[in-house]
Amino acid sequence: MKTEKTIAAIEEEIVDEFSLFDSWDDKYEYIIDLGKKLPPLEEEHKKDENRVRGCQSTVWLVADYKDGKVHFRADSDSVIVKGLISMLIRVLSGHAPDEIINAKLEFIHRIGMTTHLAQTRSNGLLAMVKQMKNYALAFKVKNSLSI
Amino acid sequence: MIKPAEVSGSLDVYAIREQFPILNREVKGYPLVYFDNAATTQKPKEVIDALVSYYTTYNANIHRGIHTLAEEATAAYEATRNTVQQFINAASREEIIFTRGTTESINLVAYTWGRQNIQEGDEIIISGMEHHSNIVPWQIVCEEKKAVLKVVPVNDEGELLMDAFDKLLSSRTKLVSVMYVSNAMGTVNPVRDIIQKAHKAGALVLVDGAQAMAHLEVDVQELDCDFLAFSAHKLYGPTGVGVLYGKKHLLQDMPVFQGGGEMIKEVTFEKTTYNDLPYKYEAGTPNIADTIAFKAAIEFVTRIGRKNMHRHEQGLVEYATRKLETIPGLRIIGRAKEKISVISFVIDKAHPQDLGILLDNRGIAVRTGHHCCEPLMNRFGIPGTTRASFAVYNTMEEVDALITGLQKAIKLLS
Repeated sequence: MKTEKTIAAIEEEIVDEFSLFDSWDDKYEYIIDLGKKLPPLEEEHKKDENRVRGCQSTVWLVADYKDGKVHFRADSDSVIVKGLISMLIRVLSGHAPDEIINAKLEFIHRIGMTTHLAQTRSNGLLAMVKQMKNYALAFKVKNSLSI
Repeated sequence: MIKPAEVSGSLDVYAIREQFPILNREVKGYPLVYFDNAATTQKPKEVIDALVSYYTTYNANIHRGIHTLAEEATAAYEATRNTVQQFINAASREEIIFTRGTTESINLVAYTWGRQNIQEGDEIIISGMEHHSNIVPWQIVCEEKKAVLKVVPVNDEGELLMDAFDKLLSSRTKLVSVMYVSNAMGTVNPVRDIIQKAHKAGALVLVDGAQAMAHLEVDVQELDCDFLAFSAHKLYGPTGVGVLYGKKHLLQDMPVFQGGGEMIKEVTFEKTTYNDLPYKYEAGTPNIADTIAFKAAIEFVTRIGRKNMHRHEQGLVEYATRKLETIPGLRIIGRAKEKISVISFVIDKAHPQDLGILLDNRGIAVRTGHHCCEPLMNRFGIPGTTRASFAVYNTMEEVDALITGLQKAIKLLS
């Protein structure tokens, strides 16, 4: 189970995997492949309230809370964004709210994908990270109030 | 004065490229292929030199200083106004107002002429392919004045439906504001026809020339437009400078835009009298350096000649169109009979953003998205396109690189 690994450990794994690639083409080929493999979100979830809107591409994000862990599912109309999402889900999904809130997500910079978080891209990835942390925070608050 | 190049003169694209230092750089290990010229063009060395020369030898605030530097800076700044006047053949230099860009030029007209002249029930006509900067200012005026915004529809080829325009025109029409050339599709709109018809109906016409000035010769007197807005940075000049041309009697009668220094004649706490044209609309310290360097850009364009540039770019558009049509699943958006410098397209199962990222990995800069024309994208039922837009320094080899890049991207994405 991935929950046995810490977020930092999974981030480290991804950085190791990317160290095998020496060209941008190879990196993106891998990300595109991840995007294609990420199971599509059911159409019923692709509604406005689940939409994280970027300037160019759209992301849909759904979060569930079970046994103290947050589970994410997501989709995008851009396969590259989907690949990046796939990595974020691998890193964050199945962890406790506090771990998610405090996740540094440095792997994004370390694998050279910083541009996707830059303002210029405004492709929804940054909004997506914020939204994932917001969900974690919401579940944490809900939990502490025992609602 | 520099005479425009002869139409017969051929264009040496490689000699021109040498004048653009940025074209020597590499992006991600590949030579830069810059196809985002409709967003902003690159700058020739003479424009960069003009900026450096201003800051290194005569930087000063203009118009009021008595010292040598102020005099030199003022002379250079005002020299650009003369050059712009000649460039668009305006009747008077007072008709040239410097702004931050096309957007500010349009807003200036909306906030001054619009607020003064638009009344409840009046109509403003724009087109269905307008950039947001030629939609939103008029929406604001219409909302404030309870006026009505009418939109000329666009056909499947990306052309304006002129029959519909004729029907929209009426005695209630106070202004028609249209783009000369579409930034998203390259369509050249029949502005001459629009202006004649609008004038007959008693309406004024603002032409958004942002995408036209680097490709077409525009003579405001011959065209008879009432306002023309354009930006320096899409015309090989610096960012942050734009022009509003307006007929003198209109500019004289319009209320002031922004208040401050430079635009005043006399200020007391009881009353302020405003400066004469063009200074009436140029409040505060203007963008001196960039305005001065803009002159060098116009001289560059004039020296090569827009007819020569247009012919070269048209060759690129035709070649690229032919090549793109061979790519399975690719659909060109905008197939107007009159079309220049821009090719927009969508590819089945390939998101424009993904194409843009993968092309960038090969050093190719294109624009992806809605191009600030969301209503137009909705018209075609697409979220956006991939757009290649050409300038005088682009080559056939670069088009080949784009085609190869696209083929590789499609292979990865499919």
